[in-house]
Amino acid sequence: MKAAEVLRFITRDPGRAIRLRPEIVLIPLVFVLMVGGWEAVVRGLGVSQLILPAPSSIVFALFQGFSNGLLWHGFLVTLQEIILGYVLAAVSAFLLGALISQVRIVEATFYPYIVAFQTLPKIAIAPILLIWVGFGMASKVVIAALVAFFPILVNTIVGLKSTSPDKIDLMRSLAASRWKIFRLVQLPEALPYIFAGLNVGIVLAVLGAIVGEFVGAKAGLGYLILQMNFDMDISGMFAVLVILGLMGIAFHLLVAGIRRRVIFWQKDNANLP
Amino acid sequence: MAEPVIVCKGLSKIYDTLEGGTVRALDRIALEIREGELLAVVGPSGCGKSTLLKIFAGLLPKSEGEVSLRGTPVAGPRRDIGVVFQDAVMLPWRTVLDNAMLPADVQDLDRAAYLPRALALLDLVGLKGFEGKYPFELSGGMQQRVAITRALVHDPAVLLMDEPFGALDAMTREQMNLELQRIWLESRKTVLFITHSIPEAVFLGDRVVVMTPRPGRIAEVIEVGHPRPRSLEIMATPEFGRRTAHIRQLLNAGGAID
Ligand SMILES: Nc1ncnc2c1ncn2[C@@H]1O[C@H](COP(=O)(O)OP(=O)(O)O)[C@@H](O)[C@H]1O
Ligand SMILES: [Mg+2]
Repeated sequence: MKAAEVLRFITRDPGRAIRLRPEIVLIPLVFVLMVGGWEAVVRGLGVSQLILPAPSSIVFALFQGFSNGLLWHGFLVTLQEIILGYVLAAVSAFLLGALISQVRIVEATFYPYIVAFQTLPKIAIAPILLIWVGFGMASKVVIAALVAFFPILVNTIVGLKSTSPDKIDLMRSLAASRWKIFRLVQLPEALPYIFAGLNVGIVLAVLGAIVGEFVGAKAGLGYLILQMNFDMDISGMFAVLVILGLMGIAFHLLVAGIRRRVIFWQKDNANLP
Repeated sequence: MAEPVIVCKGLSKIYDTLEGGTVRALDRIALEIREGELLAVVGPSGCGKSTLLKIFAGLLPKSEGEVSLRGTPVAGPRRDIGVVFQDAVMLPWRTVLDNAMLPADVQDLDRAAYLPRALALLDLVGLKGFEGKYPFELSGGMQQRVAITRALVHDPAVLLMDEPFGALDAMTREQMNLELQRIWLESRKTVLFITHSIPEAVFLGDRVVVMTPRPGRIAEVIEVGHPRPRSLEIMATPEFGRRTAHIRQLLNAGGAID
């Protein structure tokens, strides 16, 4: 269900909505209990702020970090790295995937390399990339792009090759050109696969940017985590984690929303993660 | 009499099997499809009916012999044929109208010029009012009507149909047979209709080609003299019974029905 539908469902008859879908109440309830319990335990037992900060201190750290600009700046830097890296990965993976799926000799030649590269942990290249591209934002963009690239590429190839022989026969029976078969049948048929790749890709792009900053950076949320770790600012570290979590959810909803709009003909859209 | 639309002589198809051997799916087929006729081909599964259709459609290369369509040899896919497969093969992201207009998009025909034709054909197959629906909103029979429209929209020389109603339930299937006869009577297209149902072949065909398997051969070509339009009741007539019995006998003699 879309957010607007959920809202309409609840406001029309709240009693009935809760009876039919108790999770409407249970999900926020669990959140409140968990956060409340956490606060109570930390305060009641006098747990040190250096081990586990109370939710209230995390909220305070968030507030402080945004008002003095530290978190805001780090957020903007990391956001740019992620978006640039992700778009770079998506565009290049799609183009290469399309080429590989259409030209047999390209596939035959490059597939072994792709498989080999895929098994390599891309994160391990991060230190080398830092030497090549520098400590600035560019190296993080490249790392994010590199880790997001392969799932999108592989899904694009599989998707473009998954068109049913019936549909290809239909197009051939109309004397369709290669381009028309690609554009009118293979591409739309591949979209569910491509979006599955994009969904994995965005998670990996976030991971790549943060790990890249861990390895070496002058700004960004990952850089802030290391700084705060050095300063024993545990509340601040949790504040960054909250931002990363919210960012992840926002990216996921964005990709899922675009997917629903683009692949409108799939009835099982609602059940997708 | 006018030139036949499709002529084939000595047509054979030999497939390579995965085990490295060969299988002769069609054996020296000689056949003419006349202008404007509805020619039914009947035979058991595996006798090479789909192979024959795919060669006519230019989807499959032949091994031996000659095939020509309107006087030119069939050497590959061409724009002047329309094919209806057993499955409706809808593109789920296209509306009914856009599915029907697929040939125009594939062949870069003038959309504006073909739109009235697509709408008229959708009306003819009984889908007026469904133009904006998506395939998943349609029943199997309705999807197959869209497929027929799609195969006719670019005004092909011949309509090739490969067991088009084989996936439908018996009642819908009889209804579709009546519909197809009506569409054919109005459009007077040349139609090759492949089926493994003997009554369906006799009910629809001006002539019925009876094929036997291993290797696929033509056992006999039967003229069906029933006047048109034919109603489903003709299936109860003794003449209809005699024809179907005769075809069944031919297939039995060919070892086709175990
Ligand atoms: N691609 C193929 N490779 C090898 N054998 C095939 C292939 N396609 C069909 N055949 C064989 O050719 C024969 C005729 O098949 P087909 O034309 O599909 O028959 P029908 O449509 O009458 O059921 C069958 O014996 C089938 O196994
Ligand atoms: Mg067949």
